[in-house]
Amino acid sequence: MKLSCEIDIHPLTRVEGHGRIEISIKNGTVQKAQWEVVETPRFFEAILVGKMWENAPYLCGRICGICSIGHTLAAIRAVENGFGLVPSEQTSQLRLLLKHMETLQSHILHLYFLTAPDFLGTGSVFPLIKSHPEAVLRAARLKKLANDAADLIGGRRLHPTRTVVGGFTMLPDMAELQKIRTRLQESLDDLTATVDLFATFTIPDFVRETEFVSLKGKGDYPFIGGDLISTDGVGRREEEYLEMSNEYMVEHSTAKWSRLSRDAFAVGALARINNNYAGLCSQAQQAAEQLKLTPVNHNPFMNNIAQLVECVQVAQDSMALIDQLTGTSWQATRQQVVPKAGLGVAAVEVPRGILYHCYEFDDTGRIIRADCVIPTSQNHGNIHLDIVELARQGAASGTGDRSLELLAQMLVRAYDPCISCSVH
Amino acid sequence: MGKEKTYLGVPVYRPRVAFFEFTSCEGCQLQILNREESLLDFLNLVEIVDFREAMTEGSDDYEIAFVEGCISRDDEVVRLQEIRQRAKVLVALGSCACFGGVNQLKNRFLDQGWVHRQVYGEYPIASLPVRSLADIVTVDVSIFGCPIKKEEVEKIVTNIALGKSIVHPKYPVCMECQANENICLFDLGEPCLGPVTRAGCDSWCPNNRAGCWGCRGPADDADPQRLKAIMVKHGFSLETIIDRLDCFGGFVRESARLRDELENVGQTGSVDPGGGI
Ligand code: SF4
Ligand code: SF4
Ligand code: SF4
Repeated sequence: MKLSCEIDIHPLTRVEGHGRIEISIKNGTVQKAQWEVVETPRFFEAILVGKMWENAPYLCGRICGICSIGHTLAAIRAVENGFGLVPSEQTSQLRLLLKHMETLQSHILHLYFLTAPDFLGTGSVFPLIKSHPEAVLRAARLKKLANDAADLIGGRRLHPTRTVVGGFTMLPDMAELQKIRTRLQESLDDLTATVDLFATFTIPDFVRETEFVSLKGKGDYPFIGGDLISTDGVGRREEEYLEMSNEYMVEHSTAKWSRLSRDAFAVGALARINNNYAGLCSQAQQAAEQLKLTPVNHNPFMNNIAQLVECVQVAQDSMALIDQLTGTSWQATRQQVVPKAGLGVAAVEVPRGILYHCYEFDDTGRIIRADCVIPTSQNHGNIHLDIVELARQGAASGTGDRSLELLAQMLVRAYDPCISCSVH
Repeated sequence: MGKEKTYLGVPVYRPRVAFFEFTSCEGCQLQILNREESLLDFLNLVEIVDFREAMTEGSDDYEIAFVEGCISRDDEVVRLQEIRQRAKVLVALGSCACFGGVNQLKNRFLDQGWVHRQVYGEYPIASLPVRSLADIVTVDVSIFGCPIKKEEVEKIVTNIALGKSIVHPKYPVCMECQANENICLFDLGEPCLGPVTRAGCDSWCPNNRAGCWGCRGPADDADPQRLKAIMVKHGFSLETIIDRLDCFGGFVRESARLRDELENVGQTGSVDPGGGI
C-alpha cells in the first residue's frame, strides 16, 4: 500500500523555542516536507548599537538561557579581541572550566530530559521518575555537579555574574574547587553508566551526507577561539567567520539560515567530533568506540551520542584544568581594559555548535555595529534537508505515519535546537 | 492523580500548573529545572500539566499559569488572552514578563524600521514594540528577576497553593547587601543600582562583587535622584546610570527623566549632583 499522510507538529515539544515540522505525503510521493521556525525575534544586534562595550557580555548572555555562559564568553572574547586584550592564562583556564560545566549540564539535560524519553517510550522525563528512578537521579547528580561548579566559578549558573571583560570580578575558593575535582572524579561512574544506558538504545539508521563546521583544534579538542574548519576541506581564520557562516533569509523562518560548500551544513557535537576526533582524550575515544561513533559520521541522530562522548571529554579535561589551577596560588583577578576603535570577532563552541559574535567599536568603546551568528541558525538548513530526506525515505518504504512523525521529532531533537537563541 | 498526596496524613491539594513562554531567553523556565536538589519536592508540590520545553503531553486544564517572556507579536497577544481566560492565577515569571526585560531595549529607538533593517535588511518579519504581560492582561502575581530565583518561586508557589498572599520586600537590595557584609561596590570603583532596586534576590550580584543592574525593578521608595547623586559623586556618567536603568525595563520612567537631563547638559557638560549627598 502506498503511504499517504499529513503530519503537522506545532509546536514541537522538548526543544528550546518554537518550531514546526510539516510533512505531507500522497500515494507514496512527498508533497511537502518542511522545518519551520516561528519564534519571535528579539533584535539583539540592534539593541547593542549605541551601548558601551561593558554592556555586550551582560546583554548577550540573555540571548539564551541554556547557553548563557557561552554567549557571555563569546561577547567577552569579541570585546577583548577588538581592544587587543590578551587574557591571562589563569583567566583562560577558568573560562574554559566554566564553559565545560555549561557543556556538561546542557548535554546531560538534553540527553536525559529531552532525548531519553523518546528511546524509553514516554512523553517526558516525569514518568521516568517512577520507571527509571536510578537514571533520573544519576542525571540530577551530574547536572547538579555541573551547575554547582558553574555557580562557584561564574557566580551564577544562569546569566553568570563574575565573568567580565578582562577576567573575573572574584575568584573561586581553592578548597571549593578541590571539592569539585573530587566530585568530578566520582561522577565518572555516573558517566560510564550513562554510556552503558545509551549503548542499549537503538539509534535510527538514517544517513544523509553533509558538511560539518567547527573550530579546528591544535592537537587538542577546541572550545574557545582559533581557526575554523569544515569536513569538506574549507579552512578560515576566526576573523573570517562570515565566509564560513554565509547567512541568508528564507520564507518559512524567522531565523536566518546558512550554507557553505553544499546546500547546508551542520554544527554541534557531531561536527566537533567529526573534525577533531584525534583531539579527544583516550577515555572519550573509548566511549566513542563503545557507542560506535567513528568520524566522519553522517547520521544526525548520532549527535546525541557525540554529546555523550563530549561529556566524558569535558569531565576529564576539567579535572586536568583544576589540577593546573590549584597547583599554584591565585594571580591577578582582572586585567585593565583600554577601549579602542576597531572590530572584534569571537568564535566559541557552545553546546549546540559554533557561535560567532562580532562588534565594531568607535574610539570610546561604544558599539556601532553588532553581529551574532547562532549555532542553531546554522543548523536550520541542514535540519530542513534532513526532514525532506526522512520524508522521502519514509514515503518510499511505506513507514507508518505514526513512526514517521516520531522519527521526524526525534531527528529535530537530536540537533538539540535552541530556537529562541537562533531568532535572537 | 492530582489529589492523593498527603502530608502528616492530611490530603494535600496539588494545584494544576502550566508553563508558557513568549518572547524571551527561556532561562526562567530553565531555572525551574535547575535546582536539582529540590526539583522532586517541587514536583510533589504541584501537578505540572503543560510544560512544552520538558514534556510532550499538554493539557488546557490548569489553575496556575506561569508565563515567561514579553509580548512582541499579534499572535502572542491572542495566546496570552486565552491563557488569562483559563487560568485562575496568572503569574508573570521573570523580568521579561514583568517589565519587558532586555528585549524592551529595542523600544528606545524612535525608528523601529531601522531596528528591523539592522537585523533583517528589507526582509519582512512581523514584530511589535515590546510590552510586558500587564500591558495586556491582569497579572495576579509577579516574580521578578533576570533570572528568577528558584527558592523564591518555590516559596511563592507554596503560598499560592495555601492561598496566602504574596508580599515582596519593599526595601532596596542595599539592605540585603549590607546584611551580607559585602564590600560596597562603589568603594571598589564599580557602579551599582542596589540603592534603588527591589530586594528579594539576597543581593545576588554584589555577593559576587558585581554591581546590580536593577533586574528586579524599583523598590517601593526608590529615589533615582539619590542614586544619581551617589553615582555622580563616585565619578560615573549619566550615561552609565541610564544604561543600567534601561537594561530590564523596570525603570522606564526614571531613565527617561535622566535622558532628558543628559540631552539638556549635552555630552560634555558637567552634571549637577543634586540630591543630598
Ligand atoms: S527574565 Fe531573564 S532569564 Fe528570564 S526569560 Fe527573560 S531574559 Fe531569560
Ligand atoms: S554594593 Fe550595591 S547593593 Fe551593596 S551596598 Fe553598595 S550600592 Fe548597595
Ligand atoms: S543584585 Fe540586582 S541585578 Fe543582581 S539579581 Fe539582584 S536585583 Fe538583579
